[in-house]
Amino acid sequence: MNGAGAAGDGQVMMGAMTSSAPGRADVSAPRPVLSIRDAALGYGDRLLWSGLTLDVPAGEFVAILGPNGSGKTSLLRAVLGTQPLTSGSIEILGEPVRRGHRSVGYVPQQHLADRGTPLRARDFLALGIDGDRFGLPLPSADRRRRVDAMLDTVHARAFARTRIGSLSGGEQQRLRIGQALIGDSRLLLCDEPLISLDLNQQRAVSDLIDASRRDQGRAVLMITHDVNPVLDMVDRVVYLANGQALVGSVDDVFTSEVLSDLYRTPVEVVRARGRIIVVGLPDHAHEGHEHAPHHDGTEH
Amino acid sequence: MHLADVWSQLFSFQGYGELLALVRNSVLAGAVLGLTGGLVGVFVMARDLAFAVHAISELSFAGAAAGLLLGIGVVQGSLAGSLAAALLIGVLGSRARNRNSIIAVLMPFGLGLGILCLSLYSGRAANKFGLLTGQIVAVDNPRLTALLVICGIVVVALLLVWRPLMFVSIDPQVAEARGVPAVALSIVFMVLLGMAVAVSVQIVGSLLVLSVLVTPAAAALRLSASPVLVPVLSTVFAVVSMVGGILLALGSSIPISPYVTTLSFLIYVVCRIVGGVRDRRLPRAPRLATEVAS
Repeated sequence: MNGAGAAGDGQVMMGAMTSSAPGRADVSAPRPVLSIRDAALGYGDRLLWSGLTLDVPAGEFVAILGPNGSGKTSLLRAVLGTQPLTSGSIEILGEPVRRGHRSVGYVPQQHLADRGTPLRARDFLALGIDGDRFGLPLPSADRRRRVDAMLDTVHARAFARTRIGSLSGGEQQRLRIGQALIGDSRLLLCDEPLISLDLNQQRAVSDLIDASRRDQGRAVLMITHDVNPVLDMVDRVVYLANGQALVGSVDDVFTSEVLSDLYRTPVEVVRARGRIIVVGLPDHAHEGHEHAPHHDGTEH
Repeated sequence: MHLADVWSQLFSFQGYGELLALVRNSVLAGAVLGLTGGLVGVFVMARDLAFAVHAISELSFAGAAAGLLLGIGVVQGSLAGSLAAALLIGVLGSRARNRNSIIAVLMPFGLGLGILCLSLYSGRAANKFGLLTGQIVAVDNPRLTALLVICGIVVVALLLVWRPLMFVSIDPQVAEARGVPAVALSIVFMVLLGMAVAVSVQIVGSLLVLSVLVTPAAAALRLSASPVLVPVLSTVFAVVSMVGGILLALGSSIPISPYVTTLSFLIYVVCRIVGGVRDRRLPRAPRLATEVAS
């Protein structure tokens, strides 16, 4: 096993260098939840990123950053098995990825449910348990108990019987997280879960994600355009830009030197009041920090 | 014409008992159609396909007219027409924007084709008009059997795919990631929808199919969002509209469709008012409190 990307390595690695890094095979180490080996992904002639090697053990929180169109969402889709890699491999709990893996919970980029959706908050959570099952939906005490427990976890008791389409964005997002967690997933994939939420709701949602990996040992992969709201939770970041994939801790990746190298242009990383601000990013690479990027659904 | 004459034309209950015996088949057909339409309607609403239902019914009309003209049979013709339309819309119109344009292209074509076939048809005029506006007397035993079989298939299939179909209808990305076969389910639903439209066209007429396949579900959604209560209410509303419309139309010389559509519409209006009043009375105070606190 090429364990070059283990947590807390204290070392930034360009993906391309990982293959030559010395292996630190450790027989007693628990099997990682997610294991990505020398992966590359592109569409047609256009390569989004390559040389990504990453092992995510249980309980680790990995943030995925990078400019629009750098392939963040495509990376999540590859882990979900809905997007084939150009080369390399991805394993979940030692098995090659496939669509519909029951150990994976997924929270896609937010889209609000419309008012006509014939589901209440608790029914929306129940879809995470058996929404993919064919056959007559018979009432089940076990399902009801699990839904009740998850309603408490995501603080949704008060609106359990309210139709989902009339809930606020933050309430819907908490339910989406709950739906992804309720199926006893081991790996949680979130695509910009904090976008268009106010600060209180951002805190509520990121605390939920953090608790799920601390208390239940889930591995978390979260795309975010801004690392600041999750700065105190993130163990490592994957930074996708210019066709490259950079893996390391926040302190290792967010330095002027590393990011200048990645963007091939002078970039300055400033730390102020516990926040990270990146100054001087090239055009169309404003993954920086105070403004939300433009999401038009075309991002790969 | 005096108002009293209009009234007696609209509602006449002379010799009602004997008439009722004559239309036993129609009442049964109406009830089964209501059950089917009420259930299918829940997914028509969840998948935002109301406009597509109208296009499918126009092509079903064209198929029925062609079936009449060529002597193939109305049931076979309408089924072929609506399945073709449903599959075309399902395959070509997976995105809402594409779907609307495909529907708009299909709808006038189907109507025109149907009118052409009816113009060429030299048989009874009542048959022609019936395909557009509905008829109750025409449900003979073989046709009733066909209707029961088709509706039976639709209802059973719908119940079997209910959960994954609902999942993929409201959250396709998550459902697909969970392994729900989205494309296959979409095609399955379009086929079931095509079958439901085909049987509806023969009873309520192609112009008014929406009143069975859309209005009852839309009314139910005004009152509830419960995954059990919505289909139950929708079915009850559709059955009441269908059977009620047939029973009211019985003594008159007017086609059944105005009665069905009016009942269906009135139910919707009442549900809208009741739902609106209730939403205003319950401002969801506890939820707002947690929102501020969190």
